[in-house]
Amino acid sequence: MKANAKNKKQSYWRLLGRQFLRNRLAVAASAILLLLLLTALSAPFLASGQPIYLIKDGKTYWFSNVVTQRDLANFDFRTWERKPGDYGIWPVVHYSPEESSLRNRLEPPSRSHFLGTDDRGRDVLSRMIWGTRISISVGFVAVGISVFIGIIIGALAGFYGGKVDMIAQRVIEIMMCIPVFFLIISLIAFLPPSIYNIMGVIGITGWTGVARLVRGEFFKLRASDFATAARATGLSDRRIMFRHLLPNALGPVLVSATFGVAGAILTESALSFLGFGVPPPTASWGEILSQSKRYIDFAWWLVTFPGAAIFITVTAFNLVGEGLRDAMDPRLRQ
Amino acid sequence: MNASHEFILRVRNLRTHFHTDQGIARAVDGVSFDIPAGKTLALVGESGCGKSVTALSILGLVPHPPGEVSGEAIEFEGRNLLAFSEAEMRRIRGNEIAMIFQEPMTSMNPVFRIGDQIGAVLRLHRGLSKAAAREEVLALMQRVGIPAAESRLEDYPHQMSGGMLQRVMIAMALSCHPKMLIADEPTTALDVTIQAQILDLLRVLQRETGMSILLITHDLGIVAEIADEVVVMYAGKKVEHAPVAALFAAPKHPYTRGLFASLPAMQQHRQRLYAIRGAVPAPTDFPAGCRFHPRCPYAMDCCRRDEPPLLETGDAHRTACWLHDAGVMAAQGKAPGLPPEAAP
Repeated sequence: MKANAKNKKQSYWRLLGRQFLRNRLAVAASAILLLLLLTALSAPFLASGQPIYLIKDGKTYWFSNVVTQRDLANFDFRTWERKPGDYGIWPVVHYSPEESSLRNRLEPPSRSHFLGTDDRGRDVLSRMIWGTRISISVGFVAVGISVFIGIIIGALAGFYGGKVDMIAQRVIEIMMCIPVFFLIISLIAFLPPSIYNIMGVIGITGWTGVARLVRGEFFKLRASDFATAARATGLSDRRIMFRHLLPNALGPVLVSATFGVAGAILTESALSFLGFGVPPPTASWGEILSQSKRYIDFAWWLVTFPGAAIFITVTAFNLVGEGLRDAMDPRLRQ
Repeated sequence: MNASHEFILRVRNLRTHFHTDQGIARAVDGVSFDIPAGKTLALVGESGCGKSVTALSILGLVPHPPGEVSGEAIEFEGRNLLAFSEAEMRRIRGNEIAMIFQEPMTSMNPVFRIGDQIGAVLRLHRGLSKAAAREEVLALMQRVGIPAAESRLEDYPHQMSGGMLQRVMIAMALSCHPKMLIADEPTTALDVTIQAQILDLLRVLQRETGMSILLITHDLGIVAEIADEVVVMYAGKKVEHAPVAALFAAPKHPYTRGLFASLPAMQQHRQRLYAIRGAVPAPTDFPAGCRFHPRCPYAMDCCRRDEPPLLETGDAHRTACWLHDAGVMAAQGKAPGLPPEAAP
């Protein structure tokens, strides 16, 4: 009874969390992911051509890096002559990702451009910071879509079995036969270039794995005693599926989703690298990398930094996924 | 005598068959019984006799396909549940007929807190608000004898013992004041001392609420303790049906006698416990004639050939065995009735 009082709130997820924290590599990887997430969220405060706070000609402007200020919209800060009393607080990198400067094309890393410039003279660091947004949001939204579809199809197939399952299984098999990357490229070719289309296409082609996982879990769970008990209390099928069985099946889905985010980021980079990705001038890691094709013999910074960013992010997601998987494996529990 | 008022549940010729690759499994094959209001009927038999399937059939929980429930009627308060739609059955389940299960440890959803799980039933059937449900849950938990109920509300199932969880299951079952409780081996997974407590609790609650109980068990000790009437099932058939005292005084079917003989008795010091030889046959290939004949020490020719009808063998005592058929026995020059027990 005393032990009970102590670990009162010890739910499955808490147990999982404790197990996860024992895996140092996975914790380090989650720290990196957290950093990336913060970077993506605070991109306008890290890299922008507009000041965060500005006093100019006696007028005060707040957050022109986030909110467009009409007076400042067409103002070129590079030619700004400060008057006494003028004052500005700038983001760390004071170049916007889309601001080109043809005089400063392909400059190596220096004190004014920490990671150099690309072939239109745009600051690479600024573009990478904004590219984080693209990568992370494509990763999460695409996986969100595929997990949503996968859960619904997998749950129906696993819960009802029989004909429903047969049909779902055939659809999954057909989907799995098609090389996904080429399917994505062909779909993208028919759609107007937009980040949302990329998210959507990656999402609707990637749900088969989740569907199979959920189906397997539901097969196991629907025969469980608590599922029968839930039915005996008069709950509807939908309630039992999504309120009672799904929370018990979420563990493996979470692991698979984490790996899925890594995959989606990689796919988006590959698409951008091939020129099917986000429409220019939007910054994306893959797009910076694709520029490097032409200048690879001297512009090493165009290869190294976006390449490293993709590598680190994908590795970090995979490490977190593995950490979660190990934390859920009772055989590895200490 | 107004039948619809006296009996809360009347099961008429229930058949539950499963269509499997091995053929049709006749898990329940023509079983009838009535449960009087406020009384307890026990379904007794070995594993695989169709007891649990009978219970699931009453609640319409037999998976379909492969299961198929037919039969004349399952009359609950005069309404035929066999004709009910799934939505109508959902209103019965947990509300008018509640059920508790054998394994309290696995019958609770591991991801929800105890209080929320009981509360969900209250909110579903009685439309209570979250706060009102919490109050009611607390009262229910105290009623089923869970100490420190207030703090237990927040517990997850894995933090409670089997006995406590069975109390939680009972609290959940009672939450909507059901007229009938189906208890499927409610004490099998529990310690003997806890068993006694749970049975006491069921008895007290029955007296308080006047609900009927359909008790499924293979433990004759529990039957003696709590049941008013007993139905002995074997291989999907009812083989004996009697008031509890009559059955314990004189079991009439060889199978029932075998069950009694396999009980360890305190006074006797036998070398080995008696066991009915063989095992329950698979429901896909039940033998012809009396389904018990391959295991019956008294099997006669007619047992292998013809299925025995349910014979009246005493005051409200019915047995499906040729040994009690005057005609059959007279043809063999014997008196009807079970031969005296041979020394094992």
